[in-house]
Amino acid sequence: MSLKRVGSVVHKEIREFRRNRFVIGTMAALPLVFLITPMITIFKTPESASASQARAAFGVISLLMLIVPVVLPPVIAAYSVVGERDQGTLEPVLTTPVRASELLLGKAIATFLPSVGLAYAIYLVILVSIRLGAAHVVSDVAFHPPQLLAQILFIPLLALWSIWVGIGISSRATDVRVAQQLATLASLPLLAFTSLISFQVIAPSVPLATGLALALLAIDAAGWRIVARLFDPERLITGRPNKSIQGEAS
Amino acid sequence: MSGQRWFQRRRTGLGWQPAGWQGWAITLVVVGAVIAVVVLLRGSSARIPVVIAILAAYAVVALATGGSRPGEVPSPGERPSEGESDAGVGGDEQREALSTLTVGRSATGSPGEPALVVEHLTKQFGERLAVHDVSFSVGVGEVFGFLGPNGAGKTTTVRMLATLIAPTSGRARVAGVPLDAANGVEVRKRIAVMTENPGLYLRLTVAENLAFFAGLYELAEPEKRIGQALAAVNLAGRANDPCGSLSKGLRQRVALARALLSNPAVVFLDEPTSGLDPVASRDVHELIDGLRERGVTVFLTTHRLEEAERLCDRVAILNTSLRTIGRPDELRDRLFTKTLLVRTAAPLASPETVFAVSGVDGWRADDTTRYQLTVSDTRIAAPAVTRALVAAGADLLSLAEAQHSLEDVYLELIADNPEATR
Repeated sequence: MSLKRVGSVVHKEIREFRRNRFVIGTMAALPLVFLITPMITIFKTPESASASQARAAFGVISLLMLIVPVVLPPVIAAYSVVGERDQGTLEPVLTTPVRASELLLGKAIATFLPSVGLAYAIYLVILVSIRLGAAHVVSDVAFHPPQLLAQILFIPLLALWSIWVGIGISSRATDVRVAQQLATLASLPLLAFTSLISFQVIAPSVPLATGLALALLAIDAAGWRIVARLFDPERLITGRPNKSIQGEAS
Repeated sequence: MSGQRWFQRRRTGLGWQPAGWQGWAITLVVVGAVIAVVVLLRGSSARIPVVIAILAAYAVVALATGGSRPGEVPSPGERPSEGESDAGVGGDEQREALSTLTVGRSATGSPGEPALVVEHLTKQFGERLAVHDVSFSVGVGEVFGFLGPNGAGKTTTVRMLATLIAPTSGRARVAGVPLDAANGVEVRKRIAVMTENPGLYLRLTVAENLAFFAGLYELAEPEKRIGQALAAVNLAGRANDPCGSLSKGLRQRVALARALLSNPAVVFLDEPTSGLDPVASRDVHELIDGLRERGVTVFLTTHRLEEAERLCDRVAILNTSLRTIGRPDELRDRLFTKTLLVRTAAPLASPETVFAVSGVDGWRADDTTRYQLTVSDTRIAAPAVTRALVAAGADLLSLAEAQHSLEDVYLELIADNPEATR
């Protein structure tokens, strides 16, 4: 594993994202969509609201905050491999010493950083808004430590999971749009999980949040290895599967 | 700053552009504005519409300024001129840059070992046999031409040697490294492949494209290497141009610079002059000559037979299986019998007597004054025929050896094999 090669992939991907109208558009539109509804929910909740009303109001916000890292990354990640193949840039890259695992890790990090950065930024804005402008009863729910911990831990871990799903699909798909649609669909089951926490069907506690986070971390680590194995240069270049010697071995 | 430059700056300066700190500043201002509205308008029913308006304005600004499309051209003032596109790559500065680039090239294995050794290489895609039992070797510093019709298996062979696809059977050594699953990275460290499609990131500049590949090869002093590679293809002045704004010829040159970046022992060039005008093609030819002079092994895949004849030390003709291999003149000698063409002012009275001389194996008359003689050795036959013609009192207008081109060889080997399609 060469960190320099991974770093080169990350730099290149981020440079490309910054000049890609589609990515910028998605990044700009999502904060809009995900800030409006929570803002309305927050400020509509009166000071006289009960604790259960406050929990319900914040449940919606919490769910939306966890939707961002689930929905945003696959849209970008799904483009990462099949998009490169379509524009003819994949083959020259695969003739360099980069390993599949390095290439995919670089692409995942490049998707992870803006997605998680954006998700945290939105969450921060929501928290600051709640602290400064919302009813105290909502603020008490939002700043409940297990709730905060769950959000802070799950945002990057869910994002990473979505990214591996997106890249995995991108490695096998034949078309960018199909890859993006499939990746978004494949990420949806995670929403059921996040809903259970957001609406406190599974009551968030520090041990639960930590345990689930560790489980997600293990799944994410396995996802990297699985996606690297799914990556078949011969299929991507010729359209026919085979075991090539692109190889993980040195 | 002119209006045009200002517009250009606006188009690329806001949003999340590379040097665009303004983009982040705007984002921070928006976040601050939202918080300020929430606090200042606390209790007011106007705060939600105001927040929505701020976020909508932010989204519009980001969308309007957030980057160029692939292939979007810069302002006319920054567009490459045709004159620049025609600039040669064979000047002294370029030769010097090429010379610097190829200093300290990676070894190819044991001394005296060929750069490429291919033994019985076969590739089958399902039912279709793409490459069948191909064997050849290429010496260090040799320019080796790989010719064949579409679908003959040329690109598949290159992809196998570049470790992109696995052979169905057979063996190979590339730059001294055995071609197998354990050595993929090691092989790719020693080679460079210029694919037919330049495969550049069109949103990135020339220098950014090369910087990415320099990172993948883990080059020391990448900026210096990039500068040398660009100088070698005469693109030093275009380093900061977006690749999307370059002409096809210039993109091809960037791809060539990319292939030279890592100072490879073996360079695979797949149709390097495809789609180039004659001047740009000549430039590429000069560059290949320069690589040969510096001992770089070049594996050249091409359809252009005159290009192969001009550049290659040896050529192989492939049509799924290898049809022939050798120096272009060797192939001509092997395939075509040596022929003398004789032209006289008047018909010969008794050509069978005149041409019954040593070295002439047979003859035929093309018309009454033109004769074609099959000979075993022109150096023996030509003087003998001349003497016989003079002795017979013939008025000799010309006597010449028939020349066959590589194209004749190619057509002889390929024309009757229409199986290749792609």
